[in-house]
Amino acid sequence: MPEHIVRRCEELISDFSFDYVRRWKAADPTRRVMGFLPIYVPRPLLHAAGMLPVGIMGGGSQVEIIKGDAYFQSYICHLPRSFVELAMDGKFADFDGFLFPSICDVIRNLSGMWKLLFPGLYAKYFDLPQNFDPELGGKFYRQELAKLLADCEVLTGRKVANADLLESIRLYNLNYQAITQLDYRRRREPWCYPASEAYAVVRAGMIMDVSEHTDLVHTYMNAVDAAERPFHDGSRVVVSGAFCEQPPLDLIRTLELAGCLIVADDFLLGSRWHTTALPERGDGLDILTEAYLRRSTYSSSRYDPLCEKRDHLALQVAESKADGVIFCAPSFCDPSLLDLPLLQAAMDERGIPSAHFKYAENTGQFQAIREQAGTFADSLMLWSER
Amino acid sequence: MSTIHKEESMVMQKTMIADHFEQLARAQQEGRKVVYTFVPGNLTELILAFDLLPVHPEINALQSGMRKISGDYIREAERLGHSEDVCTYVKCDVGMLMKGNLGPTGRPLPPPDLLLLSYTGCFTFMKWFEILRSHYDCPVIMIQVPYQGDGRITPEMTDYVSEQLRKELVPALEKLSGKRLDEERLRALLQRSRVAEENLVWALESAKRRPSPIDAYFGGVYYIGPIFTAFRGTQACVDYYALLRREIEARLEAGQGPLTPDGLLAEEKYRVVVEGPPNWTSFREFWKMFYDEGAVVVASSYTKVGGTYDRGFRHDPARPFASLAEYCLGCYTNLNLPDRVQMLTDYVRDYAADGFLINSIKSCNSFSAGQLLILREVERRTGKPGGFIESDLVDPRYFSGANIKNRLESYFQMIDLKRQEQYS
Ligand code: SF4
Ligand code: SF4
Repeated sequence: MPEHIVRRCEELISDFSFDYVRRWKAADPTRRVMGFLPIYVPRPLLHAAGMLPVGIMGGGSQVEIIKGDAYFQSYICHLPRSFVELAMDGKFADFDGFLFPSICDVIRNLSGMWKLLFPGLYAKYFDLPQNFDPELGGKFYRQELAKLLADCEVLTGRKVANADLLESIRLYNLNYQAITQLDYRRRREPWCYPASEAYAVVRAGMIMDVSEHTDLVHTYMNAVDAAERPFHDGSRVVVSGAFCEQPPLDLIRTLELAGCLIVADDFLLGSRWHTTALPERGDGLDILTEAYLRRSTYSSSRYDPLCEKRDHLALQVAESKADGVIFCAPSFCDPSLLDLPLLQAAMDERGIPSAHFKYAENTGQFQAIREQAGTFADSLMLWSER
Repeated sequence: MSTIHKEESMVMQKTMIADHFEQLARAQQEGRKVVYTFVPGNLTELILAFDLLPVHPEINALQSGMRKISGDYIREAERLGHSEDVCTYVKCDVGMLMKGNLGPTGRPLPPPDLLLLSYTGCFTFMKWFEILRSHYDCPVIMIQVPYQGDGRITPEMTDYVSEQLRKELVPALEKLSGKRLDEERLRALLQRSRVAEENLVWALESAKRRPSPIDAYFGGVYYIGPIFTAFRGTQACVDYYALLRREIEARLEAGQGPLTPDGLLAEEKYRVVVEGPPNWTSFREFWKMFYDEGAVVVASSYTKVGGTYDRGFRHDPARPFASLAEYCLGCYTNLNLPDRVQMLTDYVRDYAADGFLINSIKSCNSFSAGQLLILREVERRTGKPGGFIESDLVDPRYFSGANIKNRLESYFQMIDLKRQEQYS
C-alpha cells in the first residue's frame, strides 16, 4: 500500500534524532556523515568518499524552538533557528561535518556561526559559481570541488579514484531518473500521486542511502499503480518559491484539500537540481562542474545571466499543463521574495493566473491559506472552463 | 533654528557630490555613459579610467532616507508587489525609479548604460540588479567575488576575480566607452587611491587618542564618502583627505573632541564601537542620542563596507587587477563571522572602548544574520558590555526613537555600573 510507504517516509523525515543516520554509520566504523543545507550540493562527490550526505531542510513544525530564537532576530527566516536548535540539542552527534552552500546571506552567515559554535567540527562554506563561463566560474568551481574532495578524503581516510566518482554519479543518476519519473507521473495523474505524498517520498532521499532511496521511489510508484486510485478533479497548479525553507507538510495538504492538484513545485530542489542526468564517462570533477554550469535548475539563489527565469516558470506551467501558479515563499526570504514581483508580472503578461502567500516552516494555522487557496482554485476552475 | 556645525571638509564633499550629480544630470545630453554599481567592491578606478560616470543605488537610497522621502518610495514599491520583508534599499530604489528617478539633488538621474554587479558580500545585490535589469535595456556584467568562508583570501579567489575583470569587465567597458584600456591611466588612478587611503586610515585611527577627535560612525559615514563612491582615484579625493587630516590634526592639537551638528563635543564620557549600518531616516536624531550622553563612537564596522583599509589593504598600481580583486575580496561585508567578531574585538581593545553596540538592521540579512552571536562572542572576549538596538536603513516605520533612546540610556548606565565595579 502506498500509504504505508509514505507513512514510513514521514516517520523518517520527522525523526530529528536521526536514527537512520546512526544505524547507517554504526554498520561500518569507516563511514562518515556530511550534513548539508539547501540547495545545490554535489552529493555524488560525498558519496564517492564514503559519506552519507544528509540534507537538513529545517526542523519543520516538529522542532520546538527554545534556544534557536536567541540566535536570530525576529526578521530572519525560520530555517536557521531550527537548525541551530537541533545542533544545540546535540541532534547532530553522528555528523562529521556540514556544508553550507552559497545560496543566501543567512546560510552564508550561518556557516560562520557554526564555526564559532562548534569549532572542532568540519564546516565548509561551499561557494557556487555565479559566473557560468567554463574558463572563469567553471575553473573556480572545479577548484572548490577538488578542495571539498580533498577534505572528504581526510575525513574518511579514503582516497577517491575517478572510477569511484563515476560510479557515484551513476547511482545518483538512477535516483534522479526515479524522482523525475515520479515528477512526470505527478504531472500526468496528479490525483494518483498527491504532492504531499511525493514530497515525503522525495524528502526521505535527503537522509537515506541513495540506492536504497531509488528502490523506495520505485516501490512507491509500483504501489500507487497497484492501488488503482480513483480520478478526482482539481485545479492544476505549480507551486513556486519554496526552494529552501520547506513548507510544513500540512500546508501542502491544505493546498490539496483546498482543491489544488500540485503538478509541479520547487520543494526540495536539491534532490533534482540538475535538469538532466549527468554523463557517466570522463573526469568526475569535470562532470560535476559542467552539471552546475550547464544543467543546474534555476532558483532565486542562482544568478540568471540570460534572463530565463520568467520563461522557465512559464515553461514549467506549460509542460505541467497547469492552470495557475501559487507563489509560496518563506517569510523574510530575500531571494524568493525579491523574485516575486518579477515572476508575478511575467505570469500576468502571459495570462497565467497566480496567487501568493508566505509561510514559515513551523506555521501551524492554515485556515487563512486554505481559504485563499480555495478561492484561487475555484477561480482557476472557472477560468479553465471558460 | 540652531545652526548646524560643519567641517570645511564636509562642505568640500558636498560640492564634490553636487558636481557629480550635475555631471550625471547632463550625461545624456553630453553623450557620457553611466554605470550603475554598488559600494562594496566598487571598481571606481576602472570606471573612471574609461571616463564613465558611476551611480551607486545604495547612496541614492540613503540620501532619500536622509531627505525623508524614502518612506514614500518604499510604499510605492510595496504597492507594486514588493514584500514588506525584504531589503528596503532595494524598495527605495525601485520606488525612486517609478517616481521619476530623481537624484538626491532633485535632478533626474540618467538611466544606466551598464549595470555593473560587483557582487561583494550580499546576495541581495544580485536580486537588486535583476530587478533593475527588467526596467532598463542595458547589459549587465556580473563580477562574482567569492566569500571569505574560511577567513582568508586564496590565490584562486584573487585569480578568479581578476580574470573576470580582465576578460569580462574590461571588454564591456571598452565597448561602452569606445576606448581601449589605458593601463598607465589606471595605475595613476590607483596611485591616487593609495594616497587618499593612507589619510583615511590616519583619520580613522585618530580615534585611538583620548579624547577622540572624530566620531568614527556618525562622522565616519562622511569621512568614507569620497573613497567609497565616485571619487576614489581622483585628485579631488586626495585633496579631500588631506583637508580632513588637517582638520583632525588641528582638533588633536587643541585637545578637542569630534564636531557634532550641535558643535564640538564638550566631554567624552563613553567610547563605544558600533557594528552595523546606521539608520538614515532619523540620522541626526540618532546621532544626538549619542552625543547628548557624551558618547563617541571610536570605531565601526560600517565604515569598512567599502574597504578594510585599516587592516592594511591599499590599492596597488604595480598590480592593478590583482589589487582590485583583493580590494573586492577584503570588504567588510565579505568577511566571515569569526573574522567580524575578531575585528570588533580588536577594535574594542585597540581603541580602548568601554563597550560595543550593534545596530541591527531589519532589512539587511547580510549584516544582521548572526549578530546576536557576534554580540555574545565580543562580550565574552572583551569583558566589555554589549548593547543591541534595532532599526532600519531607510524605512521610517522601523525607527522607534523613544525605544532606542531608552535602550541607549540603559546601555550607558550599564557602562557606568561596570566602571564602578572596576574601581570599587
Ligand atoms: S529561506 Fe531564504 S533567506 Fe532563509 S536560509 Fe533559505 S534561502 Fe536563505
Ligand atoms: S541586504 Fe544589506 S548589504 Fe545587501 S543591499 Fe540590502 S542593505 Fe545592502
